[in-house]
Amino acid sequence: MPDETNNNQIERRSFLKCMAWAGTGVVWVMSGGVLSSCQLVTGAKRKGSFSFVQISDSHIGFNKDPNHDVTKTLTEAVNKINALEDQPSFLIHTGDITHLATPEQFDTASQVLKTAKASQIYYTPGEHDVFSDDGGLYRERFGGGTQGQGWQSFDYDGVHFIGLINVLNLKQGSGTGLGGSGFGQLGGEQLAWLEKDVKGLSSSTPIVVFAHIPLWTIYPEWGWGTDDSAQALSYLKRFGSVSVLNGHVHQVMQKVEGNVRFHTALSTAFPQPAPGTAPAPGPIKDVPAERLRSLLGLTDVSYVQNKNSLALVDSTLV
Amino acid sequence: MLTKLKVSLMLIMTAVFVAACGLGGAEVVSSQPSGAMATPAAQMPDMKMPAEQQMSSETANANEVVIQNFLFQPSTLTVKAGTKVTWINRDDEPHTATDTESRFGSKALDTGDRFTTEFTKPGTYTYYCALHPKMTGKIIVE
Repeated sequence: MPDETNNNQIERRSFLKCMAWAGTGVVWVMSGGVLSSCQLVTGAKRKGSFSFVQISDSHIGFNKDPNHDVTKTLTEAVNKINALEDQPSFLIHTGDITHLATPEQFDTASQVLKTAKASQIYYTPGEHDVFSDDGGLYRERFGGGTQGQGWQSFDYDGVHFIGLINVLNLKQGSGTGLGGSGFGQLGGEQLAWLEKDVKGLSSSTPIVVFAHIPLWTIYPEWGWGTDDSAQALSYLKRFGSVSVLNGHVHQVMQKVEGNVRFHTALSTAFPQPAPGTAPAPGPIKDVPAERLRSLLGLTDVSYVQNKNSLALVDSTLV
Repeated sequence: MLTKLKVSLMLIMTAVFVAACGLGGAEVVSSQPSGAMATPAAQMPDMKMPAEQQMSSETANANEVVIQNFLFQPSTLTVKAGTKVTWINRDDEPHTATDTESRFGSKALDTGDRFTTEFTKPGTYTYYCALHPKMTGKIIVE
């Protein structure tokens, strides 16, 4: 049991208390690298210089329990974004846009996402989008304006955004006797690009990194981590505020380490089990239909300029 | 400092497996591993077996690898040269059987899909799932 006299434990307790509300509308405010408060803000007007919305893991083409119509739930997510009082400046999709990377699935995803009011959507692929052709079709559809094999960076209102890809050339796990972690990986070429990309930036520049597989090790047994993420994060160490937004795990998880805050988003398609609570990852099948939408959702991110901090609100489809 | 935080979504799930077999799961049949030698293009791998025998249990028949719960079972299969090996996906997630040395590779196998390939050359073939690289297996060809 946590020792309440220990500060870390208290932080952890309040963190867990906040987590209990995840999915019903919670704001996470971080300043100075410390998670300092959390409160329900359903319906509240955001305060900040701009905001954007992260959506993830739409898995267009998936048609089994617990969700036989993932196109519909993605549409609901887009409608929900379109109904926001303060429109986000842009959207970020953190991968697994499709389930099997077929042209038809990419088409369907594009058609739904085209209905978003936001004029710009930035993408990074998940392994489901690239595994069959090393991302050829993905880049053809969504890779415009990117570099290398699809990674990118851009600046918005003083914040530097970096879209990384950690789902290409995945190596086998250690079970073959050949070594390997079965994790995501960034690769040397992308790391070299990243190092160069941030070189000229002032250390006070807020950084937002987005990638599909978490850049922190959540659960090695299920391959929920990225082999060379430590190298990538070493290039970002000197920055005062770094936020890392990931998908892949289909549930909200957060961690703060120094000036880096990690966050994973809900899926718009189906929930996955918490680490170690099932024999394997994959869809949680036995979700009652009336509960499904409370386990799917999106993340709304506001940037508060004078405080140099990001507020994250995870909200569900209901 | 916060150590590893595992936060559960308070959902207790029971992995009830009701494999939707028999509803026309596509047959995925590949040509044999290309290896160093180019294989004659004459080999037509078009051998459709329309739902002949439905798999009723999770256990693999001889020369079969069942994919279930993110595992290849058996994880090591030993066969004689010239044997055709079939993978069957019993998960609700798609998987692949991808050779670490690119000598063979399935496309995505959705629920109920099969992939068959013939192993002509003796040796050890280690493979994994390109979507879930944690998953690994081995075919030993004698």
